Amino acid sequence: MNSPAGSSAVPRGASQTPPIAKVDLRREFNEVGIGEVLDQLDRDLIGLKPVKTRIREIASLLLIERIRKRMSLTSEVPTLHMSFTGNPGTGKTTVALRIASILHKLGFVRRGQVVSVTRDELVGQYIGHTAPKTKEILKKAMGGVLFIDEAYYLHRPDNERDYGQEAIEILLQVMESQREDLVVILAGYGDRMDRFFASNPGFRSRIAHHIDFPDYSDDELVAIAELMLRDMNYKFSPDARAAFISYVTLRKNQPLFSNARSIRNALDRMRLRQANRLVADLDRVLTADDIMSLEASDVLASRVFGKASG
Amino acid sequence: MRVTQGCFSFLPDLTDEQISLQVQYCLGKGWAVNIEFTDDPHPRNNFWEMWGLPMFDLRDAAGVLMELTECRKVYGDRYIRMSAFDSSHGWESVRLSFIVNRPKQEPGFRLERHEVAGRNIRYTTKSYAVDRPEGGRYGGQ
Repeated sequence: MNSPAGSSAVPRGASQTPPIAKVDLRREFNEVGIGEVLDQLDRDLIGLKPVKTRIREIASLLLIERIRKRMSLTSEVPTLHMSFTGNPGTGKTTVALRIASILHKLGFVRRGQVVSVTRDELVGQYIGHTAPKTKEILKKAMGGVLFIDEAYYLHRPDNERDYGQEAIEILLQVMESQREDLVVILAGYGDRMDRFFASNPGFRSRIAHHIDFPDYSDDELVAIAELMLRDMNYKFSPDARAAFISYVTLRKNQPLFSNARSIRNALDRMRLRQANRLVADLDRVLTADDIMSLEASDVLASRVFGKASG
Repeated sequence: MRVTQGCFSFLPDLTDEQISLQVQYCLGKGWAVNIEFTDDPHPRNNFWEMWGLPMFDLRDAAGVLMELTECRKVYGDRYIRMSAFDSSHGWESVRLSFIVNRPKQEPGFRLERHEVAGRNIRYTTKSYAVDRPEGGRYGGQ
């Protein structure tokens, strides 16, 4: 055909307009509407200070990069692949969704969808199964963000015939050659990700932003719980709140604690107990307040407290 | 002789940029895009071979273009077309189809006359290309 098959599918609108000399930064900032996304990020996500700072930095960099492009000062597409490390339930997936919308607003990804996958969706079961599988996922993620959760499972050092390596090679190739079409975010627990990067140096060098997600403090976990309850139209009674604070302290020291996810599960169980308590007494008139509030007994019935005393 | 089949075939060949805009239009309509190839250009040859599976659930044309690039690497000497399949109820068929790759030389067709009983004549068209065995028709391999 007329032009060689290139990787850039749709031209950026910015490259067609003639270069500009001056830019009103505030207007530019308001125009793309990332301020709104960043504020929402601040409001909706509790804690995560270092993460928010990093995202603000990245957003500013991209805003400037966008202006530079329009001034014809740069033609390179910045590398946007990221790695999120942190313990379970620290909000990696949630932040990935926000990042996708920031990138979309700034025009660095065209569609802004997030395709979230794990090893199962990328790696095949037999020879010749992996490449089509990986490519299919990549095609679906084109124009958006590919979020690979627990990415270190792709590499199995104990089995040298593992098909994960094939998926890694395809990923690396696309990450390099189609940077303007796809942003890849790898996520996983810190130490295992470090080992993964050590055995796959290609990944480390192709990823521009490494963001570490800290664990939540007790206060933050309680605040998260209250935010979750507000979204579900529930609330703690003052006693229940006090009980929940001690619940968080106890639960944190138990095994398999996964931050916000554990909190969500605990709240689900408390709602169950509350419903049970309300249904137990059928001969009463309920107010909206009764239905909305969780009592101390709902919290204290948790087996976490049983273990502590016994 | 230039083969004219499907949409846009009377226009100059589409550039990759134009192809991706057409594909993006199809994806925007929710159609699944397929890549097909053949080296038998007869107009009645409806069923071309498929390059991989139909691409469902795509959001962006870059994925389709990636496959097209792969297909051209292998079958760059043949006809390649894209077809967009609409799975919605009542349609369930191809809505758009256009050629995205053609051989450098298109030798064209000859008309064969076949005399039958009563000096009647039956006509048939044959592509000069199919005189050669499959795979080597357009100087490939």
